[in-house]
Amino acid sequence: MENAMSTQTPASKQAGDLERWASIIGGGAMVLTGLQRRSLKGILTAIAGGGLVYQGTQGKSTLKQVEDAAGLDHAIRVEKTVTINRPAADLYAFWRDLTNLPTFMRHLQSVQVIDDRTSHWVANAPLGQAIEWDAVIVNDEPNHLIAWTSTDDAPIENSGFVRFRPSAGDRGTEVKVVMEYQPPGGMLGTAIAKLFGEEPEQQIGDELHRFKQLMEAGEIATIEGQPKGG
Amino acid sequence: MKAVCWHGSQDVRVDTVPDPKILNPHDAIIKVTSTAICGSDLHLYDGYIPTMQSGDILGHEFMGEVVETGPEVTNLKQGDRVVVPFTISCGNCFFCNRDLWSLCDNTNTNAWMAEKFYGHSPAGLFGYSHLLGGYAGGQAEYVRVPFANVGPLKVPDGLSDEQVLFLTDIFPTGYMAAENCDIQPGEVVAVWGCGPVGQFAIRSAMMLGAERVIAIDRIPERLALAEAAGAEIINYEEMDAGVALKEMTGGIGPDCCIDAVGMEAHGTGAMALYDTVKQAVRMETGRAMVLRQAIVACRKGGKVSVPGVYGGFIDKMPMGAFVNKGLTMRSGQTHVHKYLRPLLERIRNGDIDPTFLITHRLPLEEAPHAYKIFRDKEENCIKVVLKPFATTPELAGAAT
Repeated sequence: MENAMSTQTPASKQAGDLERWASIIGGGAMVLTGLQRRSLKGILTAIAGGGLVYQGTQGKSTLKQVEDAAGLDHAIRVEKTVTINRPAADLYAFWRDLTNLPTFMRHLQSVQVIDDRTSHWVANAPLGQAIEWDAVIVNDEPNHLIAWTSTDDAPIENSGFVRFRPSAGDRGTEVKVVMEYQPPGGMLGTAIAKLFGEEPEQQIGDELHRFKQLMEAGEIATIEGQPKGG
Repeated sequence: MKAVCWHGSQDVRVDTVPDPKILNPHDAIIKVTSTAICGSDLHLYDGYIPTMQSGDILGHEFMGEVVETGPEVTNLKQGDRVVVPFTISCGNCFFCNRDLWSLCDNTNTNAWMAEKFYGHSPAGLFGYSHLLGGYAGGQAEYVRVPFANVGPLKVPDGLSDEQVLFLTDIFPTGYMAAENCDIQPGEVVAVWGCGPVGQFAIRSAMMLGAERVIAIDRIPERLALAEAAGAEIINYEEMDAGVALKEMTGGIGPDCCIDAVGMEAHGTGAMALYDTVKQAVRMETGRAMVLRQAIVACRKGGKVSVPGVYGGFIDKMPMGAFVNKGLTMRSGQTHVHKYLRPLLERIRNGDIDPTFLITHRLPLEEAPHAYKIFRDKEENCIKVVLKPFATTPELAGAAT
């Protein structure tokens, strides 16, 4: 539809796009499929700013700007959902206190909350190194959605959201995490690739499993430290 | 402490290892007074279950005395005598809440691995590969029991270890196998395999109202035990079990067929050879002779129940027979927690005395020998109970 045939004005088309993306993020089952090749960061930011952030350049659609901003070729994108037998409010509250995240996200050393929106993250990197960055919450809908993106000076650009939605049939809450990383090139890029594992989807899946264990069973299942024969 | 450790195919050893510690708030440490070797341990022993690691402590049928509890364990105290289900269950997830304890969402430490194999992960099990959690097992002097507030059942005074030990696995497993048949009055139940699970399936089928039970095996002492329980028997080395079943049921076939053998079935004829060779070169993970025969033998519209263990893939599944005869098949690792109390009652009120099964009582040190005789069915071995802290006279005394 993005051609002369369209009767929409650029502004109304843009508004329509944003609305569609907001609805995908707020309720879509397959978010990454819906977003296709658009940058998650751009869309999260655009929705947060009502589209203003990316309206600057004349003659370019929001979509086009977002693609320019992204360079999606090297992005790592992950989407994973788990159902947890607890009300959305409990899960949102635990997650919204970002200092709780390292208890179930093993690659994180710490998350320090700076103010209501800003936080400082420290992650383990190979060879005893650490990677640090600041993140900003760009969308916070209590008991429903938390979206964040790294600040411009982050060594690794990363954005994502977690969404809590009551599931069918009294099963608790569907928790969906969608994340996007832009690893830089060079040594740091390699280190970051290792940090997020060879299979980021499995890592996020594991983290969600641990979150579920903690929320449902009150502890994270482990065998670390048990005896074993020589 | 001493523990029975897996070191490779047909290589188990009694190693000295560190004592277990409380690792999580819902853990307890149990001093093991009795622990049995399960038929499913033989699949590990024979190297057919992937993701075992050298040094893994075996054993999922065990009971003993609580010696330590984590801060969140409120229902047990030091000195309590408990039997422990082989399935580890959190007690709070969707599946635990629906009595599907062996499908617990929260106890497999390697859920991601199981998800790759099976699509979803079942519960973690004691001593049964890293695919199912990698938990150290109970063929040891001490064992760590996660979610001790959920699983262990306190044993009432007056019941011996041997009377209640099999509540950990094989009695509930045989019982669930029979329950999965939804036995109606007048029905005939055929049970393939007269090992421990088969023996409990035979007796459970009778408790649940089967009019006749037909037991199939080739080992004389196992068939004798089935016969003693009131089953009719088929020695499949002497006759074709499929033909015999049809003759014995007036051409109809058994209403319910229980595969209490699983992935290491023995058989006769070309198909058995096919499976043995293919499994030996790891081109299929299960030899499914019994399951195939059960499906073909079962009466139209009948029920097939599979307590036997399968880990991966099988060949030549007779799907045509299954579909065209309108069969129902049910299976699953046992939801032990669901059966503990009702089956304890069965033992207390004398419906069954599970000690009939025990042929060998040995110290833990003799585990390697015990695995061998159990696997090769030497010394008429049907069920071995290991007693880590018993003295020699106690073992000798118990055997009389």
